[in-house]
Amino acid sequence: MGTVDTLNQTTTQTTSTERVTGADAVVRILLEEGVDMLFGYPGGAIMPVYDSLYDYREQIHHVLARHEQGASHAAQGYARASGKVGVCLATSGPGATNLITGLADAQIDSTPLVCITGQVPSGLLGSDAFQETDVIGISMPVTKWNYQVTRAEEIPEALAKAFYLARSGRPGPVLVDITKDAQFEEFDFEYKKCTSIRSYVEKPALDLAKVEEAAELINNAKRPYVLFGQGVILAHAEKEFKAFIEKTGIPSAWTIMGLSALETDHPLNVGMLGMHGNYGPNLLTNECDILIAIGMRFDDRVTGNLSKYAKQAKVIHMEIDPAEIDKNVKTDVAVLGDAKESLQELIKRVKPNSHEEWLQRFRDCDKQEHEKVIQDELYPTSDILSMGEVIRLINENTGGDHILVTDVGQHQMVACRYSKFTQSKSNITSGGLGTMGFGLPAGLGAALGAPDRTVIAVVGDGGFQMTLQELATIYQTKAKVKVLLLNNEFLGMVRQWQQLFFDKRYSATEMINPDFQQMVKGFYIPTNKVTKREELEAAVKEFIEFDGAYFLEVMVGKENNVFPMVPSGSGVAEIRLE
Amino acid sequence: MVPLEQEFTITAYTENHVGLLHRLTIIFTKRKINIESLTTSESEMEGVHRFTIAVTETEEVIQKVVKQIEKQVEVLKAGYYKREEVVQQELALYKIPTESLTNSLEVELIVREHNARFLTIEKDFVVIEKAGYRRETVALFEDLQPYGINEFVRSGRIAVARQEYGLGKQVKELLGEEVDG
Ligand SMILES: Cc1ncc(C[n+]2csc(CCOP(=O)(O)OP(=O)(O)O)c2C)c(N)n1
Repeated sequence: MGTVDTLNQTTTQTTSTERVTGADAVVRILLEEGVDMLFGYPGGAIMPVYDSLYDYREQIHHVLARHEQGASHAAQGYARASGKVGVCLATSGPGATNLITGLADAQIDSTPLVCITGQVPSGLLGSDAFQETDVIGISMPVTKWNYQVTRAEEIPEALAKAFYLARSGRPGPVLVDITKDAQFEEFDFEYKKCTSIRSYVEKPALDLAKVEEAAELINNAKRPYVLFGQGVILAHAEKEFKAFIEKTGIPSAWTIMGLSALETDHPLNVGMLGMHGNYGPNLLTNECDILIAIGMRFDDRVTGNLSKYAKQAKVIHMEIDPAEIDKNVKTDVAVLGDAKESLQELIKRVKPNSHEEWLQRFRDCDKQEHEKVIQDELYPTSDILSMGEVIRLINENTGGDHILVTDVGQHQMVACRYSKFTQSKSNITSGGLGTMGFGLPAGLGAALGAPDRTVIAVVGDGGFQMTLQELATIYQTKAKVKVLLLNNEFLGMVRQWQQLFFDKRYSATEMINPDFQQMVKGFYIPTNKVTKREELEAAVKEFIEFDGAYFLEVMVGKENNVFPMVPSGSGVAEIRLE
Repeated sequence: MVPLEQEFTITAYTENHVGLLHRLTIIFTKRKINIESLTTSESEMEGVHRFTIAVTETEEVIQKVVKQIEKQVEVLKAGYYKREEVVQQELALYKIPTESLTNSLEVELIVREHNARFLTIEKDFVVIEKAGYRRETVALFEDLQPYGINEFVRSGRIAVARQEYGLGKQVKELLGEEVDG
């Protein structure tokens, strides 16, 4: 049967054979995989599946996004907030191509997504039929795996593999494209979940000798330093991670994807890495003697110029994906495997320690950063409102148990820098792709994926206008997402670069915006707008306390900048405080 | 110090899966690496395919590329060899006019000297076949050129490791098959 390999799977579950259509099989499989919510948009080539969904509308809630890109970002937000696989449905051609940005985003940020697209009937494949595109070809570079189904009987194995691959190992997006005739075709349905594929290594086996080596280095280190990424969250290793740093007393800094894996106020949490990260975490990267990277991939936004990155340090890299080892930074000890298992073994072998003097260095840097940047950002003395003070007020009003979803730009950097978190899986952002338009739909998905938590989507006036039609989806689904628009009437981040590196030539970055208040009212969502500091505190309080979706617009400084900054091409130690 | 580019042969044992060729070539396209030749065929194991990819690059880049190849879901095992670590061959076909044979013995001599052979002799053309290293197939091309080459084709590189077992042994172990010897 096809080329989906039967040999590769172990049976864990069997339903008795029954004759059903391919479309019906798709929906039954979604149920078997525990899907109770999916995000999508109908169209000709996926109509049979939509027709089947109608029969199961009590069990599976379909969220009708207003654009397939919105559906894929919403599914990402849902997946990141809930820890489950996000599922998207789209029709062939334009429906499928609209998903691509979300797939690329999910691929680089390791978010588990299963996308199911309809395709023209198999007899028309390759004929440039109406709404035919080579979705397999187009999505290949941005998926962990994809597969085209042309016969109904291939559906169970293809989807079983899809779910298994999306959620196992290093998670990622997968896509299954199903021709319309395969959706109509009847076959003897039987479902087995996939638990292994012979050519696929879920996670490398832990090599205890490497753990020993790492422990030895850590035990002898004078200035050890931990960098943690999303790998800690994906491996559910938050507890082990904390135990490890507490036992060894090692200062730890996060990548934007690792944010919230460790509570912000933890004494060993020294802050954010990277281009707009904190001063100490960047500067002291070039002073540590051992650099311990856990579940992060040394993205260039984190490392800056590689030839000036941590050259003095021995590097320990704990990572699930072998292809990440030595990709950007040369490793001295690579501990391959799942972060949870690796940390469990490592904790047994490290000696209790504290690195007070070394930690004090971070605190000293923090003090400098406070004086030069943070104080004025959080408590500005001018009349102009800052992004930072809005985020401070959010912290004060939520107590840190909220989920922060951000779009891309200055507001993203400010929100991530200053938000305080008390629990994991609280920060949802487009880290690797930097996708404007991510915030609003991802916020919608997060609110649906974690209905008991307060979800705040922080967006800029630029990115908001890329996917704002999803306000309609928010209204229709009653998702309790709170949208905070930090409006600087500029494509702020680009304007900042133009100011600093292009001689203030503000080419195509000024935005003459619509009346957002009127517009949001048109989507029946309660709104408020703040232009003066006196109004801010009460407005933020109401924003947080309101039970339901709410839109708050704050007019912030038009030409405020985000500092510190590691200019691109510079080394991390060349971080600028002003 | 500029890292040295050299000739590498990448080998990948894979499932036979539609689209895998595309997935593998993307890895090269993304890094703007030119594939010199690529051949794919069944391997010594039933149902397992083998890709042989020839590239000139630095070893550091090749290591990263191989990891990316091995990361693909349908790839069982991937590895790379330096030039001296493989026994490699290419196959070349040369089509020349039959009249160049009838006029003199020279072509026959050339074919014999190069250890090539006539694959077919037709009324208007003959086809000569030569297996060997790239430099050998090129040498024959140059010698035949004066007689007029109507068509010429060369296969991609195929190669096996210069050791008792290559990567295939690991693949067999992975699949839990008996490795004889
Ligand atoms: C889809 C997309 N297009 C372009 C960019 C480049 N880009 C990065 S930040 C930015 C400006 C964002 O402006 P805005 O949404 O107003 O947020 P601000 O920086 O002002 O907070 C742009 C254009 C991008 N990241 N994504």
